[in-house]
Amino acid sequence: MEIFFQQIVNGLVQGSVYALVALGYTMVYGILGLINFAHGEVVMIGAMLALSSLNAMLGWGMPPLLALPLSLAFTMLGCMALGYGIERIAYRPLRHAPRLAPLITAIGVSIVLQNLAMMVWGRQYHAFPQMIANNTHTLAGAIINDVQIIIFITALAIMAGLMVVVHRTRLGRAMRAVAEDQHAAQLMGVDINRVISITFMLGSALAAVAGLMVSANYGLAHYYMGFLLGLKAFTAAVLGGIGNLRGAMLGGLLLGLIESLGAGYIGDLTGGFMGSNYQDVFAFFVLIAVLVLRPSGLLGERLAERA
Amino acid sequence: MTDSLLEIHDLQVAYGGIHAVKGVTLQIAPGELVALIGSNGAGKTTTLKTLAGLLHPVSGQIRYDGKDLHNIAAHQRVAMGITLVPEGRGIFARLTVQENLQMGAYSRNGQHEIAADLARMYELFPRLAERKDQLAGTLSGGEQQMAAMARALMSRPRLLMLDEPSMGLAPLMVQKIFETVRDIAALGMSILLVEQNARLALQAAQRGYVMESGAITLAGASGELLGSEAVQRAYLGG
Ligand SMILES: Nc1ncnc2c1ncn2[C@@H]1O[C@H](COP(=O)(O)OP(=O)(O)OP(=O)(O)O)[C@@H](O)[C@H]1O
Ligand SMILES: [Mg+2]
Repeated sequence: MEIFFQQIVNGLVQGSVYALVALGYTMVYGILGLINFAHGEVVMIGAMLALSSLNAMLGWGMPPLLALPLSLAFTMLGCMALGYGIERIAYRPLRHAPRLAPLITAIGVSIVLQNLAMMVWGRQYHAFPQMIANNTHTLAGAIINDVQIIIFITALAIMAGLMVVVHRTRLGRAMRAVAEDQHAAQLMGVDINRVISITFMLGSALAAVAGLMVSANYGLAHYYMGFLLGLKAFTAAVLGGIGNLRGAMLGGLLLGLIESLGAGYIGDLTGGFMGSNYQDVFAFFVLIAVLVLRPSGLLGERLAERA
Repeated sequence: MTDSLLEIHDLQVAYGGIHAVKGVTLQIAPGELVALIGSNGAGKTTTLKTLAGLLHPVSGQIRYDGKDLHNIAAHQRVAMGITLVPEGRGIFARLTVQENLQMGAYSRNGQHEIAADLARMYELFPRLAERKDQLAGTLSGGEQQMAAMARALMSRPRLLMLDEPSMGLAPLMVQKIFETVRDIAALGMSILLVEQNARLALQAAQRGYVMESGAITLAGASGELLGSEAVQRAYLGG
């Protein structure tokens, strides 16, 4: 039972990070009907920027409690600029092109960003600076540390904030209007290019936070981390129903749980044949299962309704 | 005709190789209700979309309030007072009725005035008031048309363009929509009304234009057009 609770705790923490990244996929899909496959790399750049800026600030002797928010702000701005640039360069010129074209530029952007990161930060793993004592607590037999608690609460708060923006503000209303009918939105006076840019920037800001969280949680960052993370978050978005914000959050948390419980029990289930190093496989089982059994996802509507 | 609100001169619009509008010239004075009639595929919707800025003309001039609209994007035209209720209404089905109306005021500032206008719309369309928190997609066709018109009015247009507001509606609802168009016209804005229902449109309008295969073939006061043999034969089933 202790393993069970432990895996639930781990799964929820990891899942909340997936949820933040999945929101980025789903917001862009909702508004443009496009899968931004470069989004995982924005998370990676976020992790790298966070790490570099934190190390630099701590190196200048800045207290951690000041360095952390400053570095977070810097990382978010950097990723927002990156998300804006990706849309302008890779997607906007192809707005009316066949669907395959932006998919290919997305892969191109991913490769460029990975290589850029490799040139700037090298091939090695980067250790995340330890800033707080990171005490551990016991909760129903499961161990949880301060970093995990902060990650989980921050992620939930950000998601709640995003829901408020999308459902309660003029900007959010315009985003939903553009998602539904770009022409009609223009007839209301909405500058759709501006709304699309803001959507990319919002998603990228969430990716920045997620990047910082992943590297803080695992204590590491690497130029290749965006690929797997992006694929998993995309899976989470598909699981919840791509285009649906609540779906992305639910899908992220569920995927985190599935992965973590799967990793915890796979040894028992296979008689020790497979170990927890097979953890990554679960995301892909989930992706295949959803695509086969319920392509519209848990909270998604039938695809025909969108078209 | 120098005091026109809208002046279109020799407008030409094409979809790729398809030449849909071939030299339309028309004017609308401030406060005037003008009907644009014509059979299917004549180019009426294309003309309105071009005026709204959704399509770009091949050639020709559009002057609104003395300004050339050539380089003005669709979303900027709304702020200038040009509003189109598109064919098929363009309601945001997954927004509530109230959110749809608020979208209409997107290009405006001033929370108080917007709230006052919202209340006025609910007075004008009590049906919408009852359904304001409902998703707009759940409204009936007639209610959606009302919502689309109310939403357009929320932008405080000076030139309101309506593309077939009676399309697909039951006769009673068609009457109601035309009554509303007259009420709106009485508020003093200019209206360009595109309609299949030529008789009702001309009865409501002061002047009318007849469009055929992308060009204006007849123009005149509504009474003249209603009495014209050509119009009667082609559009009034006479
Ligand atoms: N997106 C498009 N691509 C190509 N051709 C188009 C497009 N939209 C309209 N057309 C063509 O342009 C011409 C004018 O169409 P338009 O929709 O303006 O006519 P309309 O007068 O509004 O007709 P209706 O009364 O049926 O609404 C038609 O021949 C139509 O087939
Ligand atoms: Mg039409």
